[in-house]
Amino acid sequence: MNITLKVNGQSRTVDVPSDMPLLWVLRDELDLKGTKFGCGVAQCGACTVHVNGAATRSCVLPAAAIQGAEVVTIEGLSSDGTHALQRAWDELDVPQCGYCQAGQIMSAAGLLARNPKPTDADIDAAMNGNLCRCATYLRIRQGIHRAAELMVAPTPEGASRDGGVQS
Amino acid sequence: MSAPTMPVSRRTFLRVSAIAGGGLLLTSVFEPLDAVEALVGAPRDGAVPAADDPRLSAYISLTPDGVVTIMAKNPEIGQGVKTMLPMLIAEELDVAWSQVRVEQARLDTKNFQGQTAGGSTATPNNWLPMRRVGAAARAMLVGAAAKQWNVPESECTTEAGVVHHRSSNRSLSYGALATAAAAITPPELASVPLKDPKDFRIIGQRVRGVDNQKIVTGQPLFGIDIVRPGMRYATFVKCGVFGGKVVKANVDAIAKMPGITNAFVVEGGDNLNGLLSGVAIVGDSWWKVQTARKALQVEWNEGATASQSTASFAQQAAALFAAEPQRTLRTDGNVDSGLSAAAKRVEAEYSYPFIAHAPLEPQNCTAHFTNGQLEIWAPAQLPDSGRQLVARTLGMEPDAITVHIIRSGGGFGRRLYNDFMVEAAWIARETGVPVKLLWTREDDTKHDFYRPGGFHKFSAGLDANGALTAFADHFVSFGEGERFAPSADLGATEFPARFVPNLRLASSVMPLGVPTGALRAPRSNALSFAFMGFLDECAHAAGKDTVTFLRAVLDNQQPEPAPQPGRRAPGGLDAKRMRDVLDLVAEKSGWANRASLPKGTGMGVAFYFSHRGYFAEVAQVTVSKSGAVQVDKVWVAGDVGSQIINPSGAEQQTQGAALDGIGQVLAQKITFENGRTVQSNFNDFPLLRLKQAPPVECHWKLSDNSPTGIGEPALPPVVPAITNAIFAATGKRIRSLPLSDHDLSWS
Repeated sequence: MNITLKVNGQSRTVDVPSDMPLLWVLRDELDLKGTKFGCGVAQCGACTVHVNGAATRSCVLPAAAIQGAEVVTIEGLSSDGTHALQRAWDELDVPQCGYCQAGQIMSAAGLLARNPKPTDADIDAAMNGNLCRCATYLRIRQGIHRAAELMVAPTPEGASRDGGVQS
Repeated sequence: MSAPTMPVSRRTFLRVSAIAGGGLLLTSVFEPLDAVEALVGAPRDGAVPAADDPRLSAYISLTPDGVVTIMAKNPEIGQGVKTMLPMLIAEELDVAWSQVRVEQARLDTKNFQGQTAGGSTATPNNWLPMRRVGAAARAMLVGAAAKQWNVPESECTTEAGVVHHRSSNRSLSYGALATAAAAITPPELASVPLKDPKDFRIIGQRVRGVDNQKIVTGQPLFGIDIVRPGMRYATFVKCGVFGGKVVKANVDAIAKMPGITNAFVVEGGDNLNGLLSGVAIVGDSWWKVQTARKALQVEWNEGATASQSTASFAQQAAALFAAEPQRTLRTDGNVDSGLSAAAKRVEAEYSYPFIAHAPLEPQNCTAHFTNGQLEIWAPAQLPDSGRQLVARTLGMEPDAITVHIIRSGGGFGRRLYNDFMVEAAWIARETGVPVKLLWTREDDTKHDFYRPGGFHKFSAGLDANGALTAFADHFVSFGEGERFAPSADLGATEFPARFVPNLRLASSVMPLGVPTGALRAPRSNALSFAFMGFLDECAHAAGKDTVTFLRAVLDNQQPEPAPQPGRRAPGGLDAKRMRDVLDLVAEKSGWANRASLPKGTGMGVAFYFSHRGYFAEVAQVTVSKSGAVQVDKVWVAGDVGSQIINPSGAEQQTQGAALDGIGQVLAQKITFENGRTVQSNFNDFPLLRLKQAPPVECHWKLSDNSPTGIGEPALPPVVPAITNAIFAATGKRIRSLPLSDHDLSWS
């Protein structure tokens, strides 16, 4: 079936089976590889994107349900990689293998959008659906707190993204 | 500082070349000694080593714009090696880290040495060799500047990619010197001066991952992200019983389904480490392939292992415990008389389950076969082993196979095995177009090389003072005859061996039809639970604080016996290094004050030596009256030598390993029924979640030893630290895992 949706601000039309999950529409039809496949049953959160503003598991959302939807993926979270979460993630060196991080960041972005200063308990509740097999959870928690600070003070020190030495 | 571990028959030397358009290319070459002489006079005429040249351990280029490019040769699986190894070169080269660009090398065994990820080996193997390469390049740049200024080299200094001659106030950037430096004779690597560690500017700094920006912006980076022109997607369906064979399948009907281009039976072989029998389905989208898979009907010949089960393993273990051990791994003194003479005896049986690796990126591989050549994009820890497996299975020459090393979405040992690679290669040859094979999560859970389960029957004897005088383990594991199944073995140096006068380690094995393999800190991740759990029982039986008890055992090192026939000379842990981390973790955790913890909360301690690393850990655990377990905090003290190279990465690996262990303890087990894995996805094989992750406090004990790896050794001690803490909290002794099998409620 033909599905028209808005992805990262652009209108896109795809011809896919009605039961094809949004995850595979994004990855294999629209070549947006940032959103990841981990489990296929909404258990791990690696596939998290925003659908009409809400953090959503794209691996179980069929194409038939996304007609006309507005979808934001990790590629569209910011135009240049400078969303507060992206800066905080680099600054604190959050990723280990990095595979789950797009989903972590999209879930965290959903949290910060509705709760700009979350507590640890808020973070535990909002992020519990996102698995990290490397268990970089302590930095994920720090990263969300740091992003909340950066959103208040948008030009922080140490925002260089060259992978350089932190002092 | 101790000398680096280098193969005796090899030495390292440098090759320098000019880069077309200007600049310096420096390569460090491992060379068999007998071939060195022949190469000493070889002309330095090519920028890239010829295909039959010796193998590189490092490859750096410096261009006139001042950019330093370092080729990262090893697979990155999340252990941070793509960042850490280049730091070693950049430090001694004396450039700013921001000048460094890192590129991933493809598999090139003719030119590169040791392109592997496993065993926490990258640090000990590269600590000095990489630094020497950087130092040699710096020496050549200094030489070029000194020549240009006509001053002694000794008057020149360097800093952040610039050579200075302070007394004449002259400076030249490395970029400006790069082309001239290519004409300087490289120094002897073995004697090139290295920095005093107090002058390090990059080593010891928190350096962020070189791929962070790609990761946080979702750029294609992983195996699953590979796209080739005309590529199709594949799934491969194997028998639930390991090694079961396809008798017949409705492949003709499957091939006619929407979007499907090929469906065929792969005969496969009998080796569980090779290509197994199954059905391949190939199509123009992975989703359509999965849809077709639902209609697949296969008649399997399940073979001889279709009746094995977790319950049958436990029954066989009980029968083996009732008999004499099949063989003895080590004997010291006389354990039987030691046990009879003991003032107090302690006996207990421990067991632990099979568990899966479950990296978050399911197994995948992309391959393209054309004109007798195969090109493979593989997220693999041992890419060369994969190439050899593909060559053997497909009857090809390894030289006809190109392998691109791709960042892995987690390794943990799973990607040491190359089943996904040989499957992709076979399917690609059958179809003739580029094919991306991607497993489902269920495929990944049900077809792992599992951490093997195991069973231990311990006996210990304590004297009247509570000292450990006798220790015996009958280890029941898997294997055949004298051979243990992969990662199902027990070494003759397992602690407390060498620290008890009367000791026997013995084993019996039962056959196994399940693939097993290395999981992060293989063997150690399971043995730690059994041995350190039982030693905690011994401490309680002796009426002693476990730290005091373990310290006394470490203080009781026995004279080394002669090597036993057919066995390697004894090795094992250094008691002083272990005492030091044990003392450090006791101090940092407030171990002495644990009596003030409320009922239901307790502390446990354990230490473990693995992968050359010394780790002691304390866990504080709270068990609710209804039996819910929360790990409140973990304290880690580690000794991995004189220097923490990248504190950010080291802390990541240490915290990640400790949290990994917590996940294993809480609820992870793989069980088998009718020859098949029961679990399928994260709903029944649960990974640790964020709210279960406690603070993990890391403390380093720097010692006068060459730095060693940190990807694995922090994992083993946390497992018994937690189970010992549960005993302290509840009085319930945990002798089998996971905790979800136990009723921990108390009143």
